[in-house]
Amino acid sequence: MAEHGLKPLCALGEAAPKAVTIGPVTITERADVALASLAPRRGREDEVRAKAAGIGLPLPGPAAAQAGAPLGAVWLTPEIWLVEAPFDSHEDILGHLKPVFGDAASITEQTDAWVRLDVTGRDLPRLFERLCNVDLAEVPDGFATRTVIEHLGVTLIRRSAGEVTLYGPRSSAGSLLHALEVAAVSAF
Amino acid sequence: MSQSHRIDGGQIDRSRTFRFRFDGVGYNGHPGDTLASALLANGVRLMGRSFKYHRPRGPMTAGSEEPNALVELRTGARQEPNTRATVAELFDGMRAQSQNRWPSLRFDALSVNDRLNTFFTAGFYYKTFMWPAAFWEKVYEPIIRRAAGLGSLSAKHDPDVYDKGFLHCDLLVIGAGPAGLMATLTAGRAGLRVILADEDFRMGGRLNAETFTIGDQSGAGWAEATVAELASLPNVRLMPRTTVIGAFDHGVYGAVERVADHLPEPAPGQPRQILWRIYAGRTVLAGGATERPIAFPDNDRPGILLAGALRAYANRWGVAVGKRVAVFTNNDDGWRTAHDLAAKGIEVVAVIDPREDGPEAGSLRAIRGGEVVATKGRLGLTEITVRSGKGRLETLRVEALGVSGGWNPNVNITSHHRSRPVWDEDIAAFVPGAGGPPGLMAAGAAAGRLSTHGALASGQAAALEVAEALGKQATADTLPQAEDAPVNIRPLWQVAKEGRAWIDQQNDVTVKDVKLAHQENFTSVEHLKRYTTLGMATDQGKTGNVLGLAIMAELTGRSIPETGTTIYRPPYTPVAMGALAGRSRGREFKPFRLTPSHKWATEQGAVFVEVGMWLRAQWFPRPGETHWRQSVDREVLQTRKSVGICDVTTLGKIDIQGTDAGAFLNRVYANTFATLPVGKCRYGLMLREDGIVYDDGTTARMGENEYVMTTTTANAVGVFRHLEYCRQCLWPDMDVQIISTTEAWAQFSVAGPNARNLLEKIVDQDISDAAFPYMGAGNVTVCGGLRARLFRISFSGELAYEIAVPTRYGDALIRRLVAEGKEFDAVVYGTEALGVMRVEKGHVAGNELNGQTTALNMGLGKMVSKKKDSIGMVLSQREGMVTEDGLRLVGVKPVKPDGKLEAGSHFLPIGARPVLANDGGWLTSKVYSPHLGCDIALGYLKGGTDKIGQRMRAVNLLTGLDTEVEIVSPHFFDPEGERLRG
Repeated sequence: MAEHGLKPLCALGEAAPKAVTIGPVTITERADVALASLAPRRGREDEVRAKAAGIGLPLPGPAAAQAGAPLGAVWLTPEIWLVEAPFDSHEDILGHLKPVFGDAASITEQTDAWVRLDVTGRDLPRLFERLCNVDLAEVPDGFATRTVIEHLGVTLIRRSAGEVTLYGPRSSAGSLLHALEVAAVSAF
Repeated sequence: MSQSHRIDGGQIDRSRTFRFRFDGVGYNGHPGDTLASALLANGVRLMGRSFKYHRPRGPMTAGSEEPNALVELRTGARQEPNTRATVAELFDGMRAQSQNRWPSLRFDALSVNDRLNTFFTAGFYYKTFMWPAAFWEKVYEPIIRRAAGLGSLSAKHDPDVYDKGFLHCDLLVIGAGPAGLMATLTAGRAGLRVILADEDFRMGGRLNAETFTIGDQSGAGWAEATVAELASLPNVRLMPRTTVIGAFDHGVYGAVERVADHLPEPAPGQPRQILWRIYAGRTVLAGGATERPIAFPDNDRPGILLAGALRAYANRWGVAVGKRVAVFTNNDDGWRTAHDLAAKGIEVVAVIDPREDGPEAGSLRAIRGGEVVATKGRLGLTEITVRSGKGRLETLRVEALGVSGGWNPNVNITSHHRSRPVWDEDIAAFVPGAGGPPGLMAAGAAAGRLSTHGALASGQAAALEVAEALGKQATADTLPQAEDAPVNIRPLWQVAKEGRAWIDQQNDVTVKDVKLAHQENFTSVEHLKRYTTLGMATDQGKTGNVLGLAIMAELTGRSIPETGTTIYRPPYTPVAMGALAGRSRGREFKPFRLTPSHKWATEQGAVFVEVGMWLRAQWFPRPGETHWRQSVDREVLQTRKSVGICDVTTLGKIDIQGTDAGAFLNRVYANTFATLPVGKCRYGLMLREDGIVYDDGTTARMGENEYVMTTTTANAVGVFRHLEYCRQCLWPDMDVQIISTTEAWAQFSVAGPNARNLLEKIVDQDISDAAFPYMGAGNVTVCGGLRARLFRISFSGELAYEIAVPTRYGDALIRRLVAEGKEFDAVVYGTEALGVMRVEKGHVAGNELNGQTTALNMGLGKMVSKKKDSIGMVLSQREGMVTEDGLRLVGVKPVKPDGKLEAGSHFLPIGARPVLANDGGWLTSKVYSPHLGCDIALGYLKGGTDKIGQRMRAVNLLTGLDTEVEIVSPHFFDPEGERLRG
């Protein structure tokens, strides 16, 4: 517990992350990831790539995500990445990144802007074909895209055939989980 | 009841028996039956009544094109009207009712319409219900509504759920007849991702209804074996019970899968139907062909079916529709019916062929050059009258008549992008024309290849072409032997004989109606359709359209291709509204957004209001409060007296960074931002291109090149989109990066004289007036180290701050604020109190920012800087928008303290009539001010600034309100702003 003594709530409204299993699929809320957006300032793209390489931060190309330890990244749009880091060690993620990139990049804390749901299990395409227009069976591991699930803008990452990460708007975490649950009941 | 008309053979499971009821009478059927086949097996031919004349009707077809056999399926909340019995898959316990009849199907009082048919000709409504105009809504419409319609709705909530989904494939094959199966097999073996969708529950198409062979197997056997092989291929997805309803843009096809319609009810959580959006690289339409009738007098009696349907019932379902039958055909295919039925031991009394040169009759009796000129049988066919080629009339007693006027390829989907089909003389039918949906080609009967061999060959050729286009190797395997009979047909559209001859049986359109349309010069097919309602019923004229336009062609002397067709549109067959809605109904119509304090607010019994997708606390009732005003008044008074806390997370927050961030803000805001010092915030006004106010909010400068913009709750997404547009499209050279942080921070307003005292207990840094003055902004820490942002801004007119922490700590922070606020008697207030205080202070909000008003209207004209360029600046100076006597924001108070005000009321001079010429403007927002003890309002009043101190009336003609009011400054409360700077 931090000194401030304020008890955090997870995006789904409970003190502990939720996990739900429906048929062959398990949906797990993740509250242990710190996030920040990283966008190179104009004309300083190469400098940012070099600095990122220096701290082992991958900056994958379009429609891709790359995990790393401790830092991973998801391509969001041209020249904007979502940096992932362990929350415990990187809660103040700006404190870690800003000293590295200085004024070469615009960096914004995004940790609590999103709810992260990891969906694991077999036959995930059967679930996601009820949810969004991503061709999950065909895209490669590490594929990342912005898509829409039940009106909600979501970033979807295929980690592997059996694992998908969703970053959805935190305030609608309950609605997003509900959409996944009813689709899973329907599909399986 | 025994299945009196069941004969040997067919693809039904006789080992199991289903019990079902139609109009309350119990019957038996088997798995594999449709409702229609099961009823026919029980000797029931009468299944419905027609739309206009209430004529007794039975099934005409054995498929989705059925115009007549429409029933209400199931009971209670699941009752569905206008269900085609010919495609309703039988299940145990099925309940069905006939419709559009009273009191019973056999005796229908409204069949009097049939006697009055002389009056109910085409255009009857247009000619009859014209005068007097006063009768239109009060008399005619109720009468027409009562008489119209087919089935009835239960008016209960649909208990089932519906899904939607998205599929992707290299090749979508529509239809699983011989062409579709061969196309799928060829592409599937080549490794393409193929989706094969078929509306039937049994794949095979006409192969299930015919007796001819493919290779050394029966057609149905070949289909079954092929489906089995396809099912073993992981790259092929078989979708039976799935109707492709339309071709949309960019290779997207819509399809409805009936997941549970063949079950008594869906399993828990299982959707009844799924609306699929299919993204197809290429598409092969192998949707087959639909047989068309011939128009002859009284050709609509139960027992008169299309010839292909008659043999389908015998071959696929083991049903003899009648034990004595005749066939009336102008083409060789119709003869198949006679041969197949005869082979099954059904008595075929004659084949009537208007041609003299039809095929060999064998043991059948042929009446060559003959035509059917009359029929009898009130509730079902009993006899037909045939006129031979020599003009001799003969009456034949029959229970069923198979009619074939030829086959129309199902071109519908090829025309969904407005491609027109072309007439093919060889088969006397329309075939797909050029310019169909890109990537789509037709094969088999849908392409006019009406033999089995033609279907197999064209299905294979289509798949080979698709494979080549997609760079895949496909093999042209040797095709199995199959019949390849040529199409021999001599078009016959109508029999020349007096009497009513039906073209469109569902909408009761007869040859006479087409003649009348011609006589009254509605000769274009589009006019013909609308004047006679030809093809406008739920079957969209699948059996009648070509017949109708061919008869019109005969009347006008034009050719059929010159006459043309109407446009085919999606959906191909009717779609349940539930399938279109999917899960978007009731509370699941849209997702909710919950504020960080939602859990706490729920614990307090807060009353919530929907603001866009957000659920915001509207007020927090305390024990003893029986009216919302009591709660709101308390929250306002307590805030103004001491301190109030409000969750304002819903306001949009946008991080704007980059070396050009300040210059960027200067362009998107009408007022100046480049001069804003670090650590300060400023109210900003954003205009649209046309000079109208778009949004407002405060923007804080958190660092040299870092800003945090706030927007209104309603426009948060729109403003972000607008900024992205500006950044990416208008000024791509600027160094600006933006990202939304609305959800990342839990933000609370802390307002009132004790706001600072409360926050000093929480914020770790010095926030005295000197250290953190009015409009200050900065990063701080709270509660001993949690990173936070603090802004000294006020929407209430009080000394006020907004404090933000990472969202996960929002719940803890409000609990801490409430706990620490106890010594000040702090109150948490909702959106109602927020609204009261902002009106008391004269701040504009959504009601004032309504997309019609300018900065000048709001009294903020001076904020629009002319020293710099910004979006909307130039057009905000247009002549009509800067007039001196234009609308100005004013405050309004009733002259008598108990006088009532209503938003939406209009300003009128005292004594003036309530007409537009006297209209002075309108009241935008009204609240009850507990501070002033009366209703107060804001409003836009013409020349309002000069009218302050004057008296007018607030008039609402809708509610009868007419209150004398005093025009005052919009700043009801602390006009000098001493409190907020305190």
